[in-house]
Amino acid sequence: MQFNEPAGTNLFDSATIVGKDHTRIDGPLKVTGAAPYAYERHDVVEGQLYGYPVGATIGHGTITAMDTEAAKAAPGVRAVVTTLDIDPLELGMNNVARLFGGSEVMHYHQAIAVVVADSFEQARAAANLITVSYEEGEAVDYSLDAAFERMEGTGEPDTQYGDMEAAFSDGAVTIDQMYHTPGESHQMMEPFASIVDWSDGGDLTGWISNQMINWTHGSLATTLGINKERVRIESPYVGGGFGGKLWLRADTVLAALGSRAAGAPVKLALPRPMMMNNATHRSATVQRIRLAANPDGSLRGISHENVSYCLPGGRGENATAQTPLFYASEAMHVKNHLAEMPLPETADMRAPGEAAGLMALEIAMDEMAEALEMDPVAFRLANDTQVTPSNPDMPFSERHFAECLEQGAEAFGWDSSRPAPGSRREGDWLIGQGVAGAFRGALALPSGARAAIENGKLVIETDMTDIGTGSYTILAQTAAETMSLTMDDVEMRLGNSAYPVSSGSGGQFGAVSSSTGVYAACMALREKIAQQLGLEEATFADGQVGSGNERQSFLELDVEAVDSIQWGDFMGEFQKATFGAHFVEVGVNVYTGETRVRRMLAVCDAGRIINPVTARSQVIGGMVMGVGAALSEDMALDTGRGMFANHDLASYEVAVHADIPEQEVIFLDTLDDVASPLKAKGVGELGLCGVAAAVANAVYNATGIRLREYPLTLDLMLDQLPEV
Amino acid sequence: MKAFSYEKPTDAAAAAARAAEVEGAKFVAGGTNLLDLMKLQIEAPVHLIDVNGLGLDEITETDEGGLRIGTLVTNTTLMADDRIRRDYAVLTRAIAAGASGQLRNKATTGGNLLQRTRCPYFYDTAMPCNKRAPGSGCGALSEGAFSRQLGVIGTSESCIATHPSDMAVAMRALDAVVETVTPSGNTRQIPLEEFHLLPGDTPEQENALMDGELITHVVLPAPVGGVQSYHKVRDRASYAFALVSVALIRQPDGTGRVALGGVAPKPWRSAEADAELPNGARAVIAKLLEGANPTEENAFKITLAERTLAAMLKEA
Ligand SMILES: Cc1cc2nc3c(=O)[nH]c(=O)nc-3n(C[C@H](O)[C@H](O)[C@H](O)COP(=O)(O)OP(=O)(O)OC[C@H]3O[C@@H](n4cnc5c(N)ncnc54)[C@H](O)[C@@H]3O)c2cc1C
Ligand code: SF4
Repeated sequence: MQFNEPAGTNLFDSATIVGKDHTRIDGPLKVTGAAPYAYERHDVVEGQLYGYPVGATIGHGTITAMDTEAAKAAPGVRAVVTTLDIDPLELGMNNVARLFGGSEVMHYHQAIAVVVADSFEQARAAANLITVSYEEGEAVDYSLDAAFERMEGTGEPDTQYGDMEAAFSDGAVTIDQMYHTPGESHQMMEPFASIVDWSDGGDLTGWISNQMINWTHGSLATTLGINKERVRIESPYVGGGFGGKLWLRADTVLAALGSRAAGAPVKLALPRPMMMNNATHRSATVQRIRLAANPDGSLRGISHENVSYCLPGGRGENATAQTPLFYASEAMHVKNHLAEMPLPETADMRAPGEAAGLMALEIAMDEMAEALEMDPVAFRLANDTQVTPSNPDMPFSERHFAECLEQGAEAFGWDSSRPAPGSRREGDWLIGQGVAGAFRGALALPSGARAAIENGKLVIETDMTDIGTGSYTILAQTAAETMSLTMDDVEMRLGNSAYPVSSGSGGQFGAVSSSTGVYAACMALREKIAQQLGLEEATFADGQVGSGNERQSFLELDVEAVDSIQWGDFMGEFQKATFGAHFVEVGVNVYTGETRVRRMLAVCDAGRIINPVTARSQVIGGMVMGVGAALSEDMALDTGRGMFANHDLASYEVAVHADIPEQEVIFLDTLDDVASPLKAKGVGELGLCGVAAAVANAVYNATGIRLREYPLTLDLMLDQLPEV
Repeated sequence: MKAFSYEKPTDAAAAAARAAEVEGAKFVAGGTNLLDLMKLQIEAPVHLIDVNGLGLDEITETDEGGLRIGTLVTNTTLMADDRIRRDYAVLTRAIAAGASGQLRNKATTGGNLLQRTRCPYFYDTAMPCNKRAPGSGCGALSEGAFSRQLGVIGTSESCIATHPSDMAVAMRALDAVVETVTPSGNTRQIPLEEFHLLPGDTPEQENALMDGELITHVVLPAPVGGVQSYHKVRDRASYAFALVSVALIRQPDGTGRVALGGVAPKPWRSAEADAELPNGARAVIAKLLEGANPTEENAFKITLAERTLAAMLKEA
């Protein structure tokens, strides 16, 4: 199916299933522990052995020797494979640090050996017996501030228009500040985990936990140097990924190499303390933002420069991603820099770019509103735009940012009189409100599915994954709606490389792309059914197909169709994005500086909401992550060693239940007929974008202390809080 | 984890004797700390002596009007006990501020006192750590290391780790006494003040127990009354170790006791600082943390302790 023009009126406009609340169809499996997650798939292949990884323990350098004698002789050990045993493996898609092979250590906890044994405990104990000698690499300056100073102003700007100099002169109100965001680790609940059967070194089957079946399928073949046809992978249930599982990771590679060496299937999970330094993470950023505005509040100039770190060839964290698109401005200068550092790999984490960028930009907007003595909601409204700031000929397909702000202010009880910072107090708590805008692009990728009638059911197969997002449910809704069946008539099969290639789960493109792919396959199935029954002008209603007054059921047929959605060029004439506004109220303890969120509201403009309950879960989950980003999450870089020291969940503090108060979500349920036939976009990342800045702005409003460095911990505030 | 053998004796003195006799033996109670450390091979006992069969799980009244807490009394039971809640409220408050419900159900009184530090370098066996591997150096004191959580006083050039317990801080304010049985069958009483050791050059020696010595009870003296409070400060609202915690017992006449957690290798209290209570938080903390030697990253703990105590004094 080609999507070549705006959707116009279609069956989703009179939908009875799409757009309605449906609890997760896989919920019962999950709450009873019956959903087969990768590490627990004891039944898929006999004779599974246990693998345990060994990680490098220097920041970077070379391995000069490894002694595996004791490990090989340890009880129960079947195989030991070290990185010195093989040549460096090819890099899979978007892998920057090699996953295994060779003597070079590119980062702390890079995998350097796998031990395979009869039991998990034996494998782990034996792994501890391996000794490694290193030649450490040269000392490195890990200061991102220093990197920013070196790079600022260099290179071709990514976006540049208008007269910046003029914008910042002649009576402009200006602000000019530096902002810091820390490294963040995905730390999804289910660790990286795989069972791989490559016992004979021939065909390979992997039961893994991964967001992108097709990419990882190809990467696994490339990395192991075998033909893709010989590789099959499954990932039907994923216990969270947040972008960490977009790519092939070490767990799958080590399980494969261990399996070939031991001649038996091997299961392996990355231990939690290895996840932070072995896998990818969101880079820290240093950002400078300068804003210039007219006294009436209209922006004259925006300058945003960012630096993040990565290994050579990496992408870091482009915190300027939203800036060219979010606010109108007469002139703009945007530049993203990358500083190469031998640290663990940086790559996509939920809302890559916008998450870190809005943490800074939306504080800057608050600061400017204050400088202008304007309400921050009104200031943002004054700089809303319906067209691309750098290219007025390119409109947004749909943009309802203003409604998000207005409805949010109303629903939240936003106090536009803006009491002076630090003036509202309840007992020991200083109370403040903050607002921030949310922006995240609305990408769509080609996505396919197979739709078939089998044994009286509509079966949908696609390699799309459900990473806790609700894909099973929304795809079943789309299929049932398109075929005019009920949810009970649909059987969903996901996450298998044997199924048609989908978009996969990432970049909040999953829901819109894969639902359209299922729609395409179902429309193709409708045609096949009509053909088989010899019907012209077939209509589908109430579980039946007919033409004229003749109607019949079609669930006893044997018929199938495969199709995919291809996105037309016309979409390139529009900017597509999702918008939101976050409102937060915090209390800051006047004595200790502890910040506790009291209530939060998100208003989202993200096209048709396919399933309000699962979408709400996505948004409140994003808000929780935003609270963690605002208040506690911080990968603590040991600058002497080039490693993140707090690499477990006791010391890398994500938000816990007690941190999360009342959360409210309002969906505008706007329709975007340029975005997809369902007129839907994504919400999976929007819920995170801007949250942390709303918290920071609320902390400022509560205390009068302007923090520009995350997390907003009490030590940054103690000496500025009122005397006690 | 290394393979280990296991036994579950029923007599306390016999358990202590066995622990001294079998080289590399360790007691296990709730297991919430020891098993984690064994999995990471930070501890590698070859033999575990499970103390859960010793029957030391009661809270009884002493002749002196205090309470005698069996070492196996769980944190959940202890904090919920009516007598503790009524007469030793600081203890209930401190325990409730620690760990999570599930962990407190398993954690025991003796195990809690003996839990080990949460220093991140202690936890990463690839890192130097004098406490885990004596003589290897201190990972947290090297240039560029992460020390925000660690101690500011009572530390040494060998080790700046803190003792992470909340319960022990309240017990220190209550002048608790640890009762033990030694391998030769004798009982001993060790005031909590003397129970945990400062690191000096031997941070691996964390307490006054001799090899094989078993904690049987913790004795609380007769109730001291007063308003008893515990304030634990941390970055997130729950399930985190203290940046700073304060146990306060304040009498109507303004005198009282103060013990700090999160700042030192042991619950931190001094008679001189207690004596400053009528003069306010600044005076108390100035005395209590006199000679503090923080790192750049954790110097805020001193101000934080003072401000936290100030908040509590206003209420007490
Ligand atoms: C995730 C997590 C969060 C936590 N958060 C907190 C917190 O916020 N505040 C806090 O205070 N604590 C916290 N804890 C620590 C917890 O309180 C301790 O793990 C627990 O109290 C230990 O008790 P246990 O009975 O399980 O000890 P075990 O793990 O069984 O033993 C600990 C040590 O004590 C020794 N031992 C046990 N009993 C005796 C005895 N009778 N005589 C001699 N030696 C003995 C053992 O040999 C071992 O060395 C946390 C723990 C975890 C895992
Ligand atoms: S502070 Fe103590 S526990 Fe931490 S690394 Fe140094 S010696 Fe080890």
